Amino acid sequence: MSRADFDFALAIGGAAGQGIATPGNIMARSFVRRGLHLYAYNAYQSIIRGGHIFLTIRISDQPVYNHGDKLDMLLCLNQDTMNRHLKLMGVGTRVIYNSDTVEPTTACDGVEFCPMPINELSDGASNKMVQNTVALGVTVWLLGQEFQDLSDALTLQFQRKGQEVVDQNVSVARAGYDHATANFEPFPDKLPTGEKPLAVWTGNDALAMGGAAANVKFYCAYPMSPSTGVLHWMAKNAREMGIMVRQVEDEIGVANMAIGAAHTGVRSMCATSGGGFALMTEALGASAMMEIPVVFINVQRAGPSTGVPTKTEQGDLWQMLGASQGDFQRFIVAPKTADDAFQTVPQVFNLCDKYQCPGIILSDVLISEGTFSTDPDKVEKGMHPVVDRGQLITEGRTDVDDLPKGAQSEDASGLVGAETNQYLRYANTENGISPRAVPGLEGYVHVVSTDEHDEDGVLISDEFTNPHKRRKMVEKRARKFDNLLDDIEAPRLEGVSAKQAQVTLIGFGSTYGVIKEAIEQLQVEGVAANQLNVTWMVPFHGEAVAKVVNDAKHTIVVENNHSGQFYRYMRSETGLSVDGHIRKYDGEPFQPHHIVKGVLELLKGKIDKYVPEEQIMV
Amino acid sequence: MTVGTTIRQDVSDKQMVLLKSKDFKGKVNPDWCAGCGDFGVLNALQKACADLGLMPHQTLTVSGIGCSSNFPSFFNSYGAHTLHGRSLAFASGAKLSNHELTVIATGGDGDGYGIGGNHFTHTARRNVDLTYLVMNNQIYGLTTGQVSPTSRIGMKTKSTPFGSIEQPVNPITSAIMNGATFVARGYSADGKHLVELIKQALQHKGFALIDIFSPCVTFNKDNDYNFFKPRVKKLEDEGHDTSDWKTACEKAMLWDDTIYIGLFLKGNRSTIADEEPILDEGPPLAHRSPGITKEQSQRIIKRMM
Repeated sequence: MSRADFDFALAIGGAAGQGIATPGNIMARSFVRRGLHLYAYNAYQSIIRGGHIFLTIRISDQPVYNHGDKLDMLLCLNQDTMNRHLKLMGVGTRVIYNSDTVEPTTACDGVEFCPMPINELSDGASNKMVQNTVALGVTVWLLGQEFQDLSDALTLQFQRKGQEVVDQNVSVARAGYDHATANFEPFPDKLPTGEKPLAVWTGNDALAMGGAAANVKFYCAYPMSPSTGVLHWMAKNAREMGIMVRQVEDEIGVANMAIGAAHTGVRSMCATSGGGFALMTEALGASAMMEIPVVFINVQRAGPSTGVPTKTEQGDLWQMLGASQGDFQRFIVAPKTADDAFQTVPQVFNLCDKYQCPGIILSDVLISEGTFSTDPDKVEKGMHPVVDRGQLITEGRTDVDDLPKGAQSEDASGLVGAETNQYLRYANTENGISPRAVPGLEGYVHVVSTDEHDEDGVLISDEFTNPHKRRKMVEKRARKFDNLLDDIEAPRLEGVSAKQAQVTLIGFGSTYGVIKEAIEQLQVEGVAANQLNVTWMVPFHGEAVAKVVNDAKHTIVVENNHSGQFYRYMRSETGLSVDGHIRKYDGEPFQPHHIVKGVLELLKGKIDKYVPEEQIMV
Repeated sequence: MTVGTTIRQDVSDKQMVLLKSKDFKGKVNPDWCAGCGDFGVLNALQKACADLGLMPHQTLTVSGIGCSSNFPSFFNSYGAHTLHGRSLAFASGAKLSNHELTVIATGGDGDGYGIGGNHFTHTARRNVDLTYLVMNNQIYGLTTGQVSPTSRIGMKTKSTPFGSIEQPVNPITSAIMNGATFVARGYSADGKHLVELIKQALQHKGFALIDIFSPCVTFNKDNDYNFFKPRVKKLEDEGHDTSDWKTACEKAMLWDDTIYIGLFLKGNRSTIADEEPILDEGPPLAHRSPGITKEQSQRIIKRMM
């Protein structure tokens, strides 16, 4: 990505219940329809009315993955927003506000105030939301958009409510537009137009759609911020997509119901946040022991415990690594962006089916509740991925001798499976993968169990006379994962080469976009940097990561938690240390300048850990 | 889609060979103590399945953890021996994904009413078409004798050496209040009666609970066969109206010289599968062909623009 020619951010602030989402949505859609790239971040509180909400929408002619460092336009729906955020506004920025209810406070030189006399412009309409629509009209003028764009967007937004509502909104927006035309100068840079119209989605939408694309037929969940968006997408679209969606009594029920569904051969998925995942934990191990593939999504929020329900953190990595008692393998992947999350879901399902084990997708507020622009053609392609169910038996057998290859024991001891026509659910095969039959098929009746069991599924948990059986089964399950790394692409260094880079920034998952942008800013500061983003936690390409660390001149790990969870994991897998750390754990995601400042400080060599100062940007 | 008829038809397609009780014997012999009530329940289920012409491969038996939860290994059908307390959650997922299966959940009072209590409430409320056999011995047996959610006040166990001070749960009234549509109580020593109850439960469309007195001869000296034998009376002998939930609750609360067994309540509320539009047409979810159409994906994408 070259540096953008056009990079513009606007923010809308107000209280919950003032209807920030609707103008935000209308603006976002009008931008992506022009082909502009977008990222929107909504900083909100766990509150239904009141509190403070601050929605930042950043648009560019290049892909954007975070809300950036600066604001060009601020829309104050209440006094609180003016008081909190005016200090963020610099030369050439515009501040729009309802002059009937909001007083401007002291701004730095060069900030242009754009008062809207709402009562006058709306003929004293009693609807409290009217200021939002007037503001849309003002915004469209300031950005140099055609009024028709807004009129179309309003029609689309309100057509369900009837022509009268559409007409009222268009008329009020027009009043705002005309008022702005008469009183305010538009921004000097006109809004550009991209190559083709784009689409918008949140990371949670992308995760849900990834599930639908992967052919999930059973989705269940218990509502928990910030994962609830996945449930909402599923609930809304399930019927036409042929997916059963259940809201279950608790996350324990969710996980076990998902496993029960998967046992019959459907692909099943569930999503939660760390606290809910804690309740699912025992079932994660059950999925591994019974060898029933299920995909669990954990959208991280700031913890521990109930923590900060609407704020972000990369704080659950070790929870995922250690979830559930015993010694077993699970996939763990932390996607980089909404697009990446979408493509990752079918990939994880194919792997879980192949190896008959659980998989965990680790998201967070930045990805899941962020709104991203996306290429509709790529989404269309992604909706029809390769679906590989692995060694799943789907036809019954009436001839007892007719067994698929591998469903019999290859164990030479002959202690079990001596009857050659017996189906062994957990056949001790060379690669550890045993053909999986599902209930309902004739000729494959068997028991699966969460207790240790022999190849035929019969419990051996109470047998002390057969430690060799236990060893055999442990090794069978473990053998499945012997060559896992072949299935997963190794993480790659992005940016300038190891030789050229003065500093290599290492991160995992969702920090990808913000680090990428920080590197561009560092270049302006005269620092050549590159990035290693690791998405696959398990399996972990230790050698590839070690090579990057060894070849780098200066290494810094950037992560959104206090204790350096990724760093500690990386060190355990590679045995290597790094030179410095940038960590943030105030509940808000990184912005590029946090990392830039951190790198510059760390390169001075006086400190080895940098924590960005809290700012009321959001 | 009553269980009995579909399965019989399937059998008639094959060689009209109806299975016998012994055909439902599992690979493993039960490891229960001699005299354990659970034997009676296992025998009764095997006979009920044979009588109804069920086929092992079309049946899924799901249990949790506990003495009685070893059941699936002793019974010839597809089986899932799941986590402690989670049989109903697992069974619900399986049934909803393949509603052509006959799904039976088995377990004990600790598994079902203690650690699994939340799922018991909600599975009943959802009226998932399952048969749930709870072998209620009023004690934790596998962990060598601690108080259970159905132990009486005053009962001395290893964890209540001075006597339990907690009110026991009443599974029958709980199930009725939670919306179960078939609520019965059995007694493992009355096999004939139990077989009939299980057959009715299997044929019932909806969540069917049979709470079965299944004495623990090793750890529960309070509620042994000598306790139950003189007390159990059959509702069927008294012409109980199974549509009357108030009388059903009153009779279920009796716990003195008379303790009722039999069918307390039978309703005909539709099941969750009946109400679920996804299952209105087409085969079970588990048998549906993969992939989404271009039309479906285009419709979704259009909404994102």
